[in-house]
Formats: sequence, C-alpha cells, structure tokens
Amino acid sequence: MTPGGGSGPMKDCEYSQISTHSSSSPMESPHKKKKSVPKRKWEVFPGRNKFFCNGRIMMARQTGVFYLTLVLILVTSGLFFAFDCPYLSEKITPAIPAIGGILFFFVMGTLLRTSFSDPGVLPRATPDEAADLERQIGNTEDIANGSSSGGYRPPPRTKEVIINGQTVKLKYCFTCKIFRPPRASHCSLCDNCVERFDHHCPWVGNCVGKRNYRFFYMFILSLSFLTVFIFAFVITHVILRSQQTGFLNALKDSPASVLEAVVCFFSVWSIVGLSGFHTYLISSNQTTNEDIKGSWSNKRGKENYNPYSYGNIFTNCCAALCGPLSPSLIDRRGFIQPDTPQLAGPSNGITMYGATQSQSNMAAATPLLQSEPSITSEELPLPGKTSISGPCAALTLGQPTPPSSMPNLTSDSGLTDIIPLKEEHEGHQFLTPEEAPSPPGMLPSGSPITHSHTMHVLSLASQDSLHEDSVRGLVKLSSV
Amino acid sequence: MGAAPSAVGTSGTVSQSGRVHSLQELRRSASLATKVFVQRDYSDGTTCQFQTKFPPELESRIERQLFEETVKTLNGFYAEAEKIGGSSYLEGCLACATAYFIFLCMETHYEKVLKKISKYIQDQNEKIYAPRGLLLTDPLERGMRVIEISIYEDRCSSGSSSSGSSSSSSGGGGGAGGR
Repeated sequence: MTPGGGSGPMKDCEYSQISTHSSSSPMESPHKKKKSVPKRKWEVFPGRNKFFCNGRIMMARQTGVFYLTLVLILVTSGLFFAFDCPYLSEKITPAIPAIGGILFFFVMGTLLRTSFSDPGVLPRATPDEAADLERQIGNTEDIANGSSSGGYRPPPRTKEVIINGQTVKLKYCFTCKIFRPPRASHCSLCDNCVERFDHHCPWVGNCVGKRNYRFFYMFILSLSFLTVFIFAFVITHVILRSQQTGFLNALKDSPASVLEAVVCFFSVWSIVGLSGFHTYLISSNQTTNEDIKGSWSNKRGKENYNPYSYGNIFTNCCAALCGPLSPSLIDRRGFIQPDTPQLAGPSNGITMYGATQSQSNMAAATPLLQSEPSITSEELPLPGKTSISGPCAALTLGQPTPPSSMPNLTSDSGLTDIIPLKEEHEGHQFLTPEEAPSPPGMLPSGSPITHSHTMHVLSLASQDSLHEDSVRGLVKLSSV
Repeated sequence: MGAAPSAVGTSGTVSQSGRVHSLQELRRSASLATKVFVQRDYSDGTTCQFQTKFPPELESRIERQLFEETVKTLNGFYAEAEKIGGSSYLEGCLACATAYFIFLCMETHYEKVLKKISKYIQDQNEKIYAPRGLLLTDPLERGMRVIEISIYEDRCSSGSSSSGSSSSSSGGGGGAGGR
C-alpha cells in the first residue's frame, strides 16, 4: 500500500465519493440505482435462490417440482374431502374427515415451512475474513494489491479437527471462502453452503439442512400418514359402495376415488420408504449426505464411528426434532444501507465515522434482532396471508458463480437447465470486494453485508462538515 | 486491509498502546487499523464455541485474562442457547403440535439468548474494549463463524497534512489521506 495521500491513489482506485450532504444521501453509491429505497439484503444475496414477499420466503431456483407436489397433495386431498368424505362420514363416522383435515393441515403447514424457510445457509465470508484466512494459510500472493481472485485458484485446503475422538476434515469452500463447519456442505444447485446439509429436495423446492430438517421429516411423516389414510378410506368407500351397487357401479358413482387410489398407491411406497429411511437417519444422527458417502460406516475402518451421535436412539431423535432451532444467519430482510439513522447505533456511544469498513459495526447493536422481527416471523406467513400481503415479487437473483466446490450432494432430479439470470448490477458487488484488496472498500460499493448502523454512522458523520473531508479521505484510504 | 498493511499497522500501534481512549476521542481520532478473527472451535462437534486462544495482535492492546473471559462467557451463552434439555424439548414438542405455526408469534429460546449475547457484547465494548481502541462484532453478523475484533488506532494528525500523518502513522490504514 502506498503511503501518502494526494490524488494519485484517488484516481487509481475506483471509489465512489460519498455524498456527505445529509439531504441528498439516501444511497451513497453510484453503483446502486438511483432509488431512494434502501435495499434489503435478500436483493443482493449471492446464492441461487428465489425470494418472495420481500425476503420472507426463500426457495431454490427450480420450483417446478414443488408446484407439482403442491398440486398433487391439494388435488388428491380435495377430491377426498369432496367425494369420499360425505359418504364415509355418514356411513361410518364424521371423525374421518376431521382426522383427515388435521392431517392435511399438518402436511401443508410442514411442507410450506420446509420449502419457504432458510435451510441453514452460511453467509459468505466478508472480504476481511477471506483475506485473513488466506493469510493464515500462508498465501504469499499480495492480496492487498488487488490481484484478481477470479483467476487464482489455490490448492484445495483442508483443516483437521478432532471431534469426540474422530478426525474430521473441514474443507475450504472456494465459493463462500470459508472453511465449512463440520457437516456443512455446499449445494451446487443453490450455490450456498448449508449447515448440516442433508440433501437438496426438488419436491419441496429447497435444500434440507439444519434449520428445516425437522419440518421436512414431519412433512414426509405426516404425508405418509395422510397417504395411507386416504388410500385406506378410499378403498373402504369403494368397497362399501360396491356392497350396495356392485363394483363397477361403485367406480362409476365415484370416479374421483379411482384417481385418488392410483395417486396414493404410487406415492405410498416412495413416501413411506423415505420416512423410514429418514427415521433411521435421525435415530443414528446422520445426514443423507453422510450416509450416502459412507462417512461413518464400519466399512471405512473398524475405528470409524459417528462422532455426532449421542449414543442412544431416543436422544438422537429428540435432538434432531425437538432441539433448539437456530436463527437464520443470512438476515434476508435486513437493510443494506438505510437512509435514516433509525437504528440505535450509537447506543454505546461510539460513533466510528472512521468505520468505512463496512464490517466494523457498533458494538453489536445487532440489527438482526433489533431492526427486523424477521427472525421470529421469517417462516412462512399463513398461506392466506401470502396472497393478501401485497405484490410479492419473485426475483431471480445472484450471479452464476461457478460451483467450485465438490458437488457432493445427491440431487434427486437431474434438471440443470439454468435459467439465464437477470444479472442486476448490484449483484456484481460481490465481485468487487472480492477482487479488490481486502478492505471492502467504499462503504457504498462495499460488501453487501454492510450493516445498517454503519451507514447510520456515516450519515451522522456526514452532517458534520468537519468530517466531510476526512470521510472522503478514509474512503480513498480504505481502498488502497 | 491486506496482509502487509495490517502487519505494519499492528506494529505501528504498539507505541500508542498505553493510551486509554475516551469514547469521544475515539470518535474523532480513530481509524480502523486491522481486524482479528477468533475462529470457531469445533472440537466439541457442531455446537457454537469459539477458540479461547489469545490472538497475538491483541497482545499489546488488552489483557489476556479479560479477553479470555469475554470469549468464555460468550461460549457459555451459546452453550445455553443450544442446550438440549427439558425446556427445549417442551418448546420443540409444543411447536410440533401446532405444526410450527407457533413460531410466528413466539420467540424461541435461542433468540432470547441471542439478545442477551448482543447486550453482553455491547456492554463489553463500552466498558472494556472501546477504551482500548477495540471493537467486538457480534458473531451473528458474521454467520457465527468468527468473532471479529476491529483494532482501531489513533490518527496522529488532527487536521494537518495528509502525507505527514500517513507516513508517520502506520500503514495499516491509519493514514488519513485526503484532508
């Protein structure tokens, strides 16, 4: 880094001058479009996800199969309630539609929660972190001079950790620039690292990971019950009718039952099988990923065992299903740069106007918890609400970063038709700080995970005319 | 901040380590020198714990014991959040029974603990770290990967020439060019 001020470095680096006039600085960067609305973090999320309802709902890119799942369940259940239930509730008991209704409600609730929630995506490393990691690994290349990280591929790196006596290798993810925690894996379909990655399920249109595994399990379990339930009672219905009017007439009287029976018959094997498989996985505290790779099987060696298992089936099940639910780490609905200083940023009295580094925030005045109720309400709104709550724009986001890590996921479907992305300019923000020297550079064009209160800092600072020049200077500085 | 500058920056701050900053002073005079990252400690599995190893860059800035106490307290909080026991089972079963709709209105135990953690970090920053020119970042904002500690240093100049100040202060971003 060249010391000394002057205009030389100022011209070399392409930073955007922060407008320090308080009246006209909603967005401090010309990189951003000239909107006055501050962007939320989901709009610049780097993974290949779709967001709905202003960031409340998060799904994978390919959602076609999810709609199929939805249609199958809704149509089959709808036909059951419309055509079979009246007869059955008369002939046998009205408890049948009641129980069916409860099961249906449970299935839909868990399906939507699985599909719409964050599976446990790990946010990508900030440029500072990535640089620090690189340094630690002993990278000799001078990152500070802004060598493009795009063309530079260091050799694969692993870290070894001993967990409960078992040696576990932590791999470095080139896309996310982090060492993956144990049991995390990079989903190449969604281009995210997901904690406790199980698999990417096209049927629910999302990855299944730490945060939504219990919903997924409840979904397939309740769906198995529902499928068996519908199948059993459709058969009962047809039998009862055929006792009165003969088999063929019974089929003619309620043709819907035939359709339901066919759908249920073919689903029951796969769904019940899947439930059984996941019950086994839960009781041994493994993920689908680990099971398929045989990470903890005895075949790898006599001393190989699962270090995450609690030892007994009951504890494993309880931990997986009833354990604490960790919050989303990606803060979808947080603002990148608010225009007004609404956050309790300086609550600890520190106003770091020098903090153009976007990651330096104010003593953890955590915007995640304070500014957004999204953590509690991040999961799906009631289905009814979805249609009422305004225009839910579906954005296809992120840039097509090449899935650089090993594709160690099992994709159920072979679909890989990548829809051409609408590459928004903002999406490229992620390249800029990565390629640039490790300072995230300009606050405005810096890391998309700029925290709102940092901008708050800057807005406060900008009002002080004394700071105007220094801010500009720091901005220039941090880009070197 | 790249590798080289931060190393220079760190050494540059040694001379100023003795000064205790008031918050007001920090506001006017500090600039970010470098960042230290405390990584996760996975030896206990996937539970959220951070390494208590004392980073060498903080050697001159803060007492080892204070730092370790902070990290240990944080680890304790996270362990409490992720504890699997009676109350978490109850919460989980109740949530399951309501098809998880209860999460729409109720705050989970984990979230409550996270709020406590955020308060604690704020408190620590005010009382211990800011006076020493340091700043802790809540790990939640870094995806629970690291505890980021920002090291600030004094800008030597107070409105004087840029080149003078930038060359005299360490190269780790301390120079306030462009005045």
